[in-house]
Amino acid sequence: MNIHEYQAKKLLKKYGVEILRGSVAYTVDEAEQVVRNLGGSSWVIKSQIHAGGRGKGKFKDKENETGGIRVVKSIKEVCDNTKSMLGQILITNQTGVVGKKVNCVYIEEGCDIKRELYLGLMIDRSTSRITVIASKEGGVEIEDVAAINPEKIIKVAIDPAQGFQNYYGRRVAFNLDLEYKQIDTMIKLIGSLYRAFIELDASTIEINPLVVTSTNDIIALDAKINFDNTALFRHHELEELRDESEENLIELEASRYGLNYIKLDGQIGCMVNGAGLAMATMDIIKLYGSKPANFLDVGGGATKEQVIKAFKLILSDPDVKGILINIFGGIMRCDLIAESIIAGAKEVNNIGVPLVIRLEGTNIELGKKIFLQSKLPIVVTTNLADAAEKIVKAVKRYSNGYSCQ
Amino acid sequence: MAILVNKDTRVICQGLTGTQGTFHSKQAIDYGTKMVCGVTPGKGGLTHLNLPIFNTVIEAKIKTNANASVIYVPAPFAADSILEAIDAEIELVVCITEGIPIIDMLTVSRSLIGSKTRLIGPNCPGVITPGECKIGIMPSHIYSKGKIGIVSRSGTMTYEAVSQITSVGLGQTTCIGIGGDPVIGTNFVDVLELFLSDIETQAIIMIGEIGGNSEEDGATLIKTSKVKKPVVGFVAGVTAPLGRHMGHAGAIVSGNNGRAGDKIEAMLSAGIVVVNNPASLGSTMLALLQR
Repeated sequence: MNIHEYQAKKLLKKYGVEILRGSVAYTVDEAEQVVRNLGGSSWVIKSQIHAGGRGKGKFKDKENETGGIRVVKSIKEVCDNTKSMLGQILITNQTGVVGKKVNCVYIEEGCDIKRELYLGLMIDRSTSRITVIASKEGGVEIEDVAAINPEKIIKVAIDPAQGFQNYYGRRVAFNLDLEYKQIDTMIKLIGSLYRAFIELDASTIEINPLVVTSTNDIIALDAKINFDNTALFRHHELEELRDESEENLIELEASRYGLNYIKLDGQIGCMVNGAGLAMATMDIIKLYGSKPANFLDVGGGATKEQVIKAFKLILSDPDVKGILINIFGGIMRCDLIAESIIAGAKEVNNIGVPLVIRLEGTNIELGKKIFLQSKLPIVVTTNLADAAEKIVKAVKRYSNGYSCQ
Repeated sequence: MAILVNKDTRVICQGLTGTQGTFHSKQAIDYGTKMVCGVTPGKGGLTHLNLPIFNTVIEAKIKTNANASVIYVPAPFAADSILEAIDAEIELVVCITEGIPIIDMLTVSRSLIGSKTRLIGPNCPGVITPGECKIGIMPSHIYSKGKIGIVSRSGTMTYEAVSQITSVGLGQTTCIGIGGDPVIGTNFVDVLELFLSDIETQAIIMIGEIGGNSEEDGATLIKTSKVKKPVVGFVAGVTAPLGRHMGHAGAIVSGNNGRAGDKIEAMLSAGIVVVNNPASLGSTMLALLQR
């Protein structure tokens, strides 16, 4: 689960991380009020979307305007800029071409920046440890730094048996060439982030940039937290931070039925049991010359309710010109799966596009017989390559105007 | 010989009395696995599926002389169960549970260092040595005894490979699903090492997917190993989009990391025969062995 910058900052502040004063605004009036409360003469307006690259991003159909983060110097500029950002679609290098709608902005007081650093905590899969990543080059994407100047990346893995110790912090702080009096602040900051990471079950915490101001304060100018979805059951306090408008509606709906659905840009809808097999099914569709319209894992059970829902989800995508169902019946018997699929197909009434089913596993003969007796216009095969070839051909014929029969 | 499990493996089931534990333990017993007892805190002294139940793993181990444990405990409590099994010095722990928080797994992973335990999983189908011992949720009838070792991060892709290997008449020595999570107990490297030194295993199938770099590590081992065996590989997720979890918590391409293309390249450079068609694993292996 992702949250907005303003929410991340609020959480991290509780752990002692220094942030600038600021507040969120959903309307121009609110923005004006925020700025009047903050006082001062310079502020930063920041679009709140679940994606990075906002500063360099562009608003859809507003090529001439500046990006999703703007520095302003008067109340009028605050109002004008907030107005031109709210409700608009921001496209960044992380949003894809569709972009994301800006529903609120975060307004902060300005500050005088001396240095921009990078500081992040993530889980390193190769060591199974939380790893602190830091760089003297902040404000740019850490992947780019890693690709061009890998020697500029400082990496320190924290042993979970020790927890955070000051020496980890010292290794990071001294490598960042901080001034002597900033070293302790930095060590405390890393300790705070580690504590937040563990207590909140984060999967990533990223402060980019972490800035040193002209008054030598160390401040989190941006903040990003991703949470480990598997641990959300023990964090009811985080539920209210969830912004469903940032999530894909179909994917959200699918998850309510225990289905794992991801929209892709091809023509062939897929319904598969198991994540690995679902990916392999997408790959084999491409191998035979078409493209998958989605990833969809119905899990090991593939119950009637799930199959019905899966059909509806796939068919709600107008790009779908054919469906490939690939089920390896393991513990779940093929005859039961066949019944679920037929019931699902009947419930959806008119599928309207070619349907090929690859079914293999326990009770396969009985499963095939059930399909035959159903008299539905379904092609059944036990071979995955055969299934992929058949659906790709059928979709080509169908797109050329032949009926799906 | 096979690896990890055989007809003498004595298995505890942690979470035996639950729905999953009951269902799959019954199947394991029918298959011939030596299930010796169950552990369910608070139900010690009772019996279930004709097996004695104990409150703790250490008591279960002392009373039954078990050397393996399979865990069907729900995700919120599963890490605790794994740690208990490690503490009781159970040699092989297989955790089937999906959805264990990553932070919990960091502690588990650290506790495995220097311990007597090898952990398989979590979020995996388990381990099977056909005809001898089945620990996990795999459909047993697709397996046949033979000479191919199979290791995979994905459950259903393991079944796919197994079924193809069975139908071309080669059969399997041992099949291991190492799990789809980002932090797991046993990686490709560990299993490949075991397969390479197992006399019965004549060739290996290795099925990877996007995310992390354990396929690359496995490829390096194959490349540098003195023992050479034919290896056929497949990597799922060539068409997967960037930055999305593809079903498995560990199946994600983040930035430049974990891409299918890089894994395939590493495997090819190690001399692994990588197929781009997942339906041709069996035929490719057969052709390779007949060459």
